[in-house]
Amino acid sequence: MTTQEPVVRVEGLTKSFGRFTAVDDVSFTVEANKIYGLLGRNGAGKTTIMQLLTGQQFATSGDIRVFGQAPVENAHVLQQMCFVKETQKYPDSFEPRHVLASAPWFFENWDSDFAERLVDDFRLPVRRRIKKLSRGQLSAVGVIVGLASRAPLTFFDEPYLGLDAVARQIFYDRLLEDYSDHPRTVILSTHLIDEVSNLLEHVLVIDEGRMLMDQDAEKLRGSASTVVGKASNVDAFVAGRDVISREGIGGLASATLGGLTAAERAAAAAAGLELSPVSLQQLIVQKTSSHTGSPEQDWKVRA
Amino acid sequence: MIEEGKPIFVQIAEQIENDILAGTIAEDSMVPSTNEFAAFYRINPATAGKGVNQLVDDGILYKKRGIGMFVAPGARQRIIDQRTTEFTANYLHPLLSEAAKLGMTPEQVTDLIHSETASYERK
Repeated sequence: MTTQEPVVRVEGLTKSFGRFTAVDDVSFTVEANKIYGLLGRNGAGKTTIMQLLTGQQFATSGDIRVFGQAPVENAHVLQQMCFVKETQKYPDSFEPRHVLASAPWFFENWDSDFAERLVDDFRLPVRRRIKKLSRGQLSAVGVIVGLASRAPLTFFDEPYLGLDAVARQIFYDRLLEDYSDHPRTVILSTHLIDEVSNLLEHVLVIDEGRMLMDQDAEKLRGSASTVVGKASNVDAFVAGRDVISREGIGGLASATLGGLTAAERAAAAAAGLELSPVSLQQLIVQKTSSHTGSPEQDWKVRA
Repeated sequence: MIEEGKPIFVQIAEQIENDILAGTIAEDSMVPSTNEFAAFYRINPATAGKGVNQLVDDGILYKKRGIGMFVAPGARQRIIDQRTTEFTANYLHPLLSEAAKLGMTPEQVTDLIHSETASYERK
């Protein structure tokens, strides 16, 4: 809504580990005070990108600006960020209360009342050795730190391993509430796309180290449709269009394609084809499941 | 409440219109804030704001600076007029298309409407 400087500006970013290229010539910007989804399959390069943005990895080539500066060894940048990792390590003797007590040293916006409320919400035992916590409770520690730190730029990397459905809903609700009162930039990486799709304002999809989609979440919604019907009718309708995927059984076929206008929808209906919407999750699954160099890969979501 | 395949902000705008149509929110009364809509529907506040702003652009809601959003006078009638013009395309065409598939005549459809109206009103 505001035309501020982007919080993150990445140009031509590449990160190689030996022969393996984890991030391959990626460019994007992250605007202030929006919730971003960083999505993609396992090993797509999501975590590496977040490590690069938080100064925990050196780029092989390319340029990273966070709050206008390079993040590596840069206190001005790092103190404005909070990175909640899938597997956060804590000192052996630590209990959750020690984590919460030391958090204000690192996060100047830390809200201890909010943290306490979250401890109650997640029913986190604060006086138990971290080593003895269940996987879900360990995730809750990270989620509480990520929310209560109110860092201007917060990364959640697959934050809820082992969290049950109730706890995940609490996370989403508290995130939305607190984000409304204290707008900040959030980058959320997750496989549970269906659960978070309504929370996101912008979506970045990474596949095999490359940026596959960089799109407003609202524009992605309803940007693709599936047509189902007699194979001959489906093929006639989709001929010459951007087909994302096609499946068939017997004489029936279904094809997913992008950007249908109202007139095209009417034409499909007139041709006896059933139209159904495609969720963000389905769209991303279809876009990232092919490894063949099919022409479908050139498909772009039309704004 | 939120369904796939339709922009969420459009659904939020329709939901508010439904509440105005049903009289749940009276004209000149205040509607919930963008953040309240976001929390209730579990959606991004920017998306909720887009839905509310669309209704402001349509003249259904108006802003009182520093206070909030209110239902514009005459909003209910405007929604009725708008939806009446869309009724044919949104409801009648799908109905007739399904009836044609089933081989129903227009007379059969009309008879159904009459008999169902009677039982619907009794409920």
